[in-house]
Formats: sequence, structure tokens, C-alpha cells
Amino acid sequence: MTDGSQVGVIFWFLSFVILISGFMVVSLKNIFYCALFLVLCLFSVAGIFILLEAEFLAAAQVLIYVGAVAILMIFAIMLTTDMASKEITQTNENVTVGVFVSVIFAISTILLIDKTSVWRYQDHDFSEGVTVTLGKLLMTKFMLPFELVSVLLLAAMIGAIVLARKERS
Amino acid sequence: MEGTANSMSEYLSVLIFIFVGIGSVLFTFFLSRLIRPHNPYKEKSIPYECAELPIGDSWFKFNNRFYIFALMFVIFDVEVVFLFPWAVAFGELGLFALVEMIIFILILFFGLFYAWRKGALKWV
Repeated sequence: MTDGSQVGVIFWFLSFVILISGFMVVSLKNIFYCALFLVLCLFSVAGIFILLEAEFLAAAQVLIYVGAVAILMIFAIMLTTDMASKEITQTNENVTVGVFVSVIFAISTILLIDKTSVWRYQDHDFSEGVTVTLGKLLMTKFMLPFELVSVLLLAAMIGAIVLARKERS
Repeated sequence: MEGTANSMSEYLSVLIFIFVGIGSVLFTFFLSRLIRPHNPYKEKSIPYECAELPIGDSWFKFNNRFYIFALMFVIFDVEVVFLFPWAVAFGELGLFALVEMIIFILILFFGLFYAWRKGALKWV
């Protein structure tokens, strides 16, 4: 039903949306709209992950970035006193340094992608699908790190509560 | 790459849903622009036409208390990310994985219990 060219069309469309929304994030005057365009950008990146058959990564992208990180950012904007001054300038003074760093980063990324001839999985068997394998590994080989994650999350939650309550009193 | 084509065409319906969703909103706006009368005056552009006039800007600073709820949401969102591969692989894993996940959730439940006891969930 879908052949290579159709996947190509979807890829170019998603890349176009990512680039346009990414440009909007760094150029719009109202920071709230910037955050909304960032959501669109991250959601399109999830689409790219699906094209690469990285379904778990796409789900994590939608849950963590589109869900949690975007929510946190929008909350941070809404909790900021200065938000009423909607007109902000997005350009700062260090344009030359910024352009230099971006160009170096872009060139090194392109070189890295170009030099890597074979992209391969780790030594695990992913024939059943990435998500199933990941779930199995988390439950068997990486059991202890998995349980430690919940301890880490617990620490983060208690820390957040302690900090937020101290601020109030 | 037969598998690729099959899983891709499953996601094609997702793409169609997104386009139909965006398209129906745009179509409704376009249609209402075509058929509505155009007669603006000053009172009409007030947010509440038949009640009290709003005071101040709608872009105001929100209450800080919302932030703790956002943080709690983020914590449990990350938990869901770990639930997802477990749920997909659960059919082949059996009882041991269930016990593991119960421990995982219990540790996080302790955090929720702590928040509850500390009154962080209360709106004071």
C-alpha cells in the first residue's frame, strides 16, 4: 500500500513542518505561541521516529516531550510575572558566536552521519519488535535499574513537594 | 521490507485522522466566514456582551499552586512511559513481571501518599 516514495513524501512533509515550526519558536514575539509551536515541532519529530520504525521512541516523545515538557514550559510561562509584556525580542547580541556554533554543530553532525556506514542495533535480538524486546529486557536483565527509576522519580517528587511548600511559608 | 509497509500503512490512518481533524476546523471557519453577516460595532468586540466588563488583561500571572500539580503530572507521565513496554511485552512475561511492576508502582505510590499527607494536593 505504501511504497518508498510515499514514505519519502511523508518524510519531507514532516521535515518541512519541523523546520517551519522550529523557526517560529525562535522568531515569534509572543513566548506563549513559541511554546505552542515547540509542541508542533516535537510532535512532528515523533512522526519521524515512526517513519524510522522506532515506535517506542515515538510514544516516549509524545508522552515526555509533547506531554510533560511542553506542559512544564507552558506552566513556567504562565507563572512568570513578566508574561503580560507579550512583545519580547528574540534576538540577542551574540549573533556571530551563535551562527559560528550552529554552523560547527551542523557540519559535525552531517560529517558524523556521513562517516557512519552501518547503523546497527546492540547485541540484543529485536526481531519481535523494539517495544516488546525493551519490555522483556527491563523485566529481566535490567530489573534493578528499572526499580531504581521509581526510586529516582520518588526522590524527584518529594524534592519538588519540599521545595514548593518551603516557598509558600 | 514487507513488515515496514504494513506497519507504515497502519500509521497512515493516523495521518489521515490528523489531516481530517485540521481540515474540518479550517472548513468550519471558512464556511462560517462565507455565510455569516458582517456588521461589527464596539460593543460586539467586548468579551462578554451581556455581563460585567472584564477587568485587566487576560494574560495574567497564574497561581503558583498550579506548579506542584504540573510536577506531579510529569512524574506520573514518566511512570507511564515505563508502563508502556511492560504492557506490550506482558503476555510473554508472566507473574514475575507483574510483581516487579507492583513494586515499581508501590514505590511511586509512596510519593503520592507523602504528597497527600503533606497537604500538597490540597488547595489552601
